[in-house]
Amino acid sequence: MPFNIYDFSGTTKAIDQFLYAKMAPTWAFITELAIVGIIILLFYAVIGLYLVYLERKVCAFMQNRVGPNRVGKWGLFQTIADLIKLLMKELITIRKADKLLFNVAPFIVIIASFMAIAAIPFAKGLHAVDFNIGVFYMMAVSSIGVIGILLAGWSSNSKYSLIGAMRSGAQVVSYELSVGLALLSVVIFSGSMQLSTIVESQANGWWIFKGHIPAIISFIIFLIASTAEINRGPFDLAEAESELTAGFHTEYSGIRFAFFFLGEYMNMFIVASLAATVFLGGWMPLHIGNLQGFNHVMDFIPPIFWYFGKTIFIMYLIMWFKWTFPRLRIDQLLTLEWKYLLPINLVNILIISFIVLMGWYIK
Amino acid sequence: MEKEQLGQVLSELFPSLEINTSQDPVRVKADAGSIHSLAMTLRDDSRLQFDYLFNMYGIDREDRFTLVYYLESTLLRHIVAIETDLADHDNPVVESISDLWKTAEFQEREIYDLMGVSFTNHPDPRRLFLEDGWGFPLRKDYRDDINFIER
Amino acid sequence: MQEVELQDILTAREDGDYIINIGPQHPSTHGVLRFVVSLKGEMLEYVIPHCGYIHRGIEKMCERLTYPQIIHLTDRMDYLSAHMNNEAVSLLVEKATGVEVPERVKYIRTILSELQRIQSHQLWWAAFGMDMGGLTCFFYGLRDREKILDIFEESFGSRLLHSYICPGGLMNDIHPNFQKRTKEFIKYFRKKLPEFDELLTGNIIFEMRTKGMGVLSKEEAISYGLTGPPGRASNFACDIRKLYPYSAYDKVDFKEILYTEGDTWARYKVRMDEMWESMKIIEQLIDNIPEGDFTAKMKPVIRLPEGEYSQRVETARGELGVYVVSKGEKTPYRMHFRTPNFSNLFVMNRLAAGNKIADLIAISGSLDLVIPDIDR
Repeated sequence: MPFNIYDFSGTTKAIDQFLYAKMAPTWAFITELAIVGIIILLFYAVIGLYLVYLERKVCAFMQNRVGPNRVGKWGLFQTIADLIKLLMKELITIRKADKLLFNVAPFIVIIASFMAIAAIPFAKGLHAVDFNIGVFYMMAVSSIGVIGILLAGWSSNSKYSLIGAMRSGAQVVSYELSVGLALLSVVIFSGSMQLSTIVESQANGWWIFKGHIPAIISFIIFLIASTAEINRGPFDLAEAESELTAGFHTEYSGIRFAFFFLGEYMNMFIVASLAATVFLGGWMPLHIGNLQGFNHVMDFIPPIFWYFGKTIFIMYLIMWFKWTFPRLRIDQLLTLEWKYLLPINLVNILIISFIVLMGWYIK
Repeated sequence: MEKEQLGQVLSELFPSLEINTSQDPVRVKADAGSIHSLAMTLRDDSRLQFDYLFNMYGIDREDRFTLVYYLESTLLRHIVAIETDLADHDNPVVESISDLWKTAEFQEREIYDLMGVSFTNHPDPRRLFLEDGWGFPLRKDYRDDINFIER
Repeated sequence: MQEVELQDILTAREDGDYIINIGPQHPSTHGVLRFVVSLKGEMLEYVIPHCGYIHRGIEKMCERLTYPQIIHLTDRMDYLSAHMNNEAVSLLVEKATGVEVPERVKYIRTILSELQRIQSHQLWWAAFGMDMGGLTCFFYGLRDREKILDIFEESFGSRLLHSYICPGGLMNDIHPNFQKRTKEFIKYFRKKLPEFDELLTGNIIFEMRTKGMGVLSKEEAISYGLTGPPGRASNFACDIRKLYPYSAYDKVDFKEILYTEGDTWARYKVRMDEMWESMKIIEQLIDNIPEGDFTAKMKPVIRLPEGEYSQRVETARGELGVYVVSKGEKTPYRMHFRTPNFSNLFVMNRLAAGNKIADLIAISGSLDLVIPDIDR
């Protein structure tokens, strides 16, 4: 079986041909689905675990302490220990809570982020679902997570949870606008919503450089808005421990809480991937125009490392925000979106459209 | 204002009350029935201007209660202590001065809670620390079989 | 006055109020305090504080204890200003019995009070930043506070409740390293305190959340008896160290910090500036501690002559007053503590009503309440 770290399409084609040769077409198709599903599940779980570990280490670094370093070398097995603990905890059910909604809510959050992971291009040829409306699909699917949050708050039958869920719902719905418009700017630049086309169009330079100032503005707005989308950083009012204990997931325990927790970190991963794909070139190495020598050196590093490097860099930025800034109040949060980010975004889109018409950008 | 001067002004305004300038601060022995008008004069008179009530507490002398108010003027920098005796030991009642100084509302609630002195015209006559039905612990005749060990 | 139920008061207000309970176990009330809060959406209509969860009957206990024993109880009222509480009772006993303490004792007492003040404000800053959401502030504040606690531990044996200042002087002499370590700490902290400003004070989000929030005018502050840093933030000049100096405060030169705005921002800034002033006071005293005894000669059994005595002291949170009625025995007949947090607590309703829940946390953080002081 050919395995080329620079281009996975050879490997995937070989597996595809092998399966279709061995079994009937329907069974081969189902097997392929199953394989892709299992790989993404494993990827999701493992990345989720290590994201928590990464956050704890980064947080400790910023707070002048060490972080987990006892369980396993450098504390690498800390999250696994936490996971085992959470799995063993008692699942407390509240007497007057709406049982069906209470149980369904964590699953909705996980399913939403799971579906979004499927559409991200990890490396050349390693792309699970390549829609021609890729950007649109990711936006749509990550919006489903709000339903999970609102259901969680409502079905907990507790005033704290309800307040937290309402705040969170208002916040996420408002910031989706800014996220969508910021992504739209790169769609206008590249002319396509398909994620693999967007990545390939950055072969001679990333959009954040090619689109100069408007793209940088879009990038900054995207970062701010998506931090608010995922209920993180200075916008984590919905789960502020010092105010409402834990907001919408106060009443959850054990594995259900683990789902919310995991979902939040994976949402951060998705948002960082999206930023990396759309603005920073996805798995494309850093190419500068037509400098052949430089481009060749950059090509030496496999695309999958480029992708993970960029994603981790953006996640580091997002974590940096959280551990430095105090929290915004809910009305200040919504003011920021509706009175500042949205008008800037709209004007930016107009400017970008004009620039694209005039051709004043690096094609 | 100096102590002697303050004592003089006070004796002018309240000729019937006993004013003691030998102690620090000046002490005025007031009449429980007229405490509110006395307090209002102390606050509003331009030579006195006691705008800061910084302390209030009660003493259970076994046959009567004594309430002590400490007033300070932040503008003229003098302090006076007002003492009132409440003769009825079983049901001490006095008028509330919470409409003059806002902090008095809570100091009076504490005195009610711990000593049982009732205040008329109080906007929020509730206990502060203890549960309803608890006795009045700071009284000298308070007995608690569980927590007190009498020698 | 009949014993009126809380229910009667609440039903007298409108029906359909959304009432939630914040506390007594809550990450940011810093102690066992319960707020019954009525919400209309995000807006607070009224806040009713319920205290008494840690009422231990200190005033009643004092009627059975001798004056040196009372020192140990006063430690536990406002435990972050333990030295100042001890100093209040000691000064009262010395004034009443006419004992003159040596100069050395006065200097050391003042230095300890100021170190205690810095340490209290560091913990306040750490907790305030954490409540606002900047979790890193907690670690920075406590990291620097550990240095002071190490100095205390070396000299007095414990980090928090020392019971070191007693009637007549001090329990024991200070450790020989005390002066050196305090000077090192001052040098270290002068470099670190600007870091606090960089992290929180200059942050635009923090300014948006604290400026113009919970404004209290000077007249209201005086009427509520709001002393200490919140009072001084409303331009109420109530610093007992300046008005009625005690110990070595008349020998040092320091500014009384006053701000006029009266909002949460001003209350924050007063404490930050007070830390600078405290370091200035310590620097003026630390090299000049006179030699001598660490205590004056007191009788083995201390009896206060008959009469009423009072002493006022400036703790980290405001004016602490100790009032004793003595009948000439070795235990007081009645002892009353006028605690700063008691008066400071009850402006909560006035400040928080009409704002949002997030502001309730900001305001109660800026008032810096220590609950055992309220309940005694």
